[in-house]
Amino acid sequence: MHVFSLISRTLALGALVASFHSVAATPAEMLAGYTAQAGTAAQAARGQQFFTSKHGKDWSCSSCHTATPTVQGKHASTGKTIGPLAPAFNPDRFTDSAKTEKWFRRNCNDVVGRECSAGEKADVLAWLMTLK
Amino acid sequence: MTNWPLATVERAQAAIKKVAFCGVIIAAFCLPAVGAHADSGGARVPLLPKYAQECSACHVAYPAGLLPAASWQRVMGGLGKHYGTDASLDEASVREISGWLQANAGSYKRVSEEPPENRITKSAWFVRKHRDGEVPANVWKRASVGSPSNCTACHANADKGNFNEHEVRIPK
Repeated sequence: MHVFSLISRTLALGALVASFHSVAATPAEMLAGYTAQAGTAAQAARGQQFFTSKHGKDWSCSSCHTATPTVQGKHASTGKTIGPLAPAFNPDRFTDSAKTEKWFRRNCNDVVGRECSAGEKADVLAWLMTLK
Repeated sequence: MTNWPLATVERAQAAIKKVAFCGVIIAAFCLPAVGAHADSGGARVPLLPKYAQECSACHVAYPAGLLPAASWQRVMGGLGKHYGTDASLDEASVREISGWLQANAGSYKRVSEEPPENRITKSAWFVRKHRDGEVPANVWKRASVGSPSNCTACHANADKGNFNEHEVRIPK
């Protein structure tokens, strides 16, 4: 039990360190990292709610990514096409931790007015991974 | 060291001259395209890969030559609040892109003026070239256009730096 806890802590720390560097990863590995950081299990339904709701500002995530991001989105101000966000529909998504962190940082600031918590990121990613 | 017949040597020299002449001709046609002009056919500075990657993730890679250096400097100094969105980048990327923009910024006469809000679309030359009469005012409100910053709506090859006015197609 004690050993198991130590191993999981080490893994969580590894994921945390990895998140600050550009490291090739899989969506599942990133989800594990965010979940470990949050310390609670991710909830896909809560992620969907978060993604499709406004948070006191003009845009929600779905303003650009659409409410079901298995399809192309469109930048709300420039009109530029945005590739699907759900990993099953766009294999590049959530495979580069630095890129993922950069976009969470910027877009959470635009949508929520602050950085997202690890728990919020885990919820959203968990939901995106359910889209097949 | 071999003693070539005179005719062969002359032919070889003529061939070299021809190749050199072709080179000059090719250069004469290609080099002007490298200059940065705020006009129809110009603005073909090869894009810095980092600029293309980061900036055109959200919008057309606006040619560096369409804003003066001072305007680019302000744009790059305020990426956290970039025309209504957070476009912040890591320091190394900001430094790399800024350096390239400074080196390739517009120094051409009409671009030397710093437009309001550091917006290409508010430059006097841009306003003049897109004034009512050239571009009907209602065009900007079309969903297919949306905003004057959406170059590719009418300049299909804007992403390649081609703004040739003979290739303009205004969408319905």
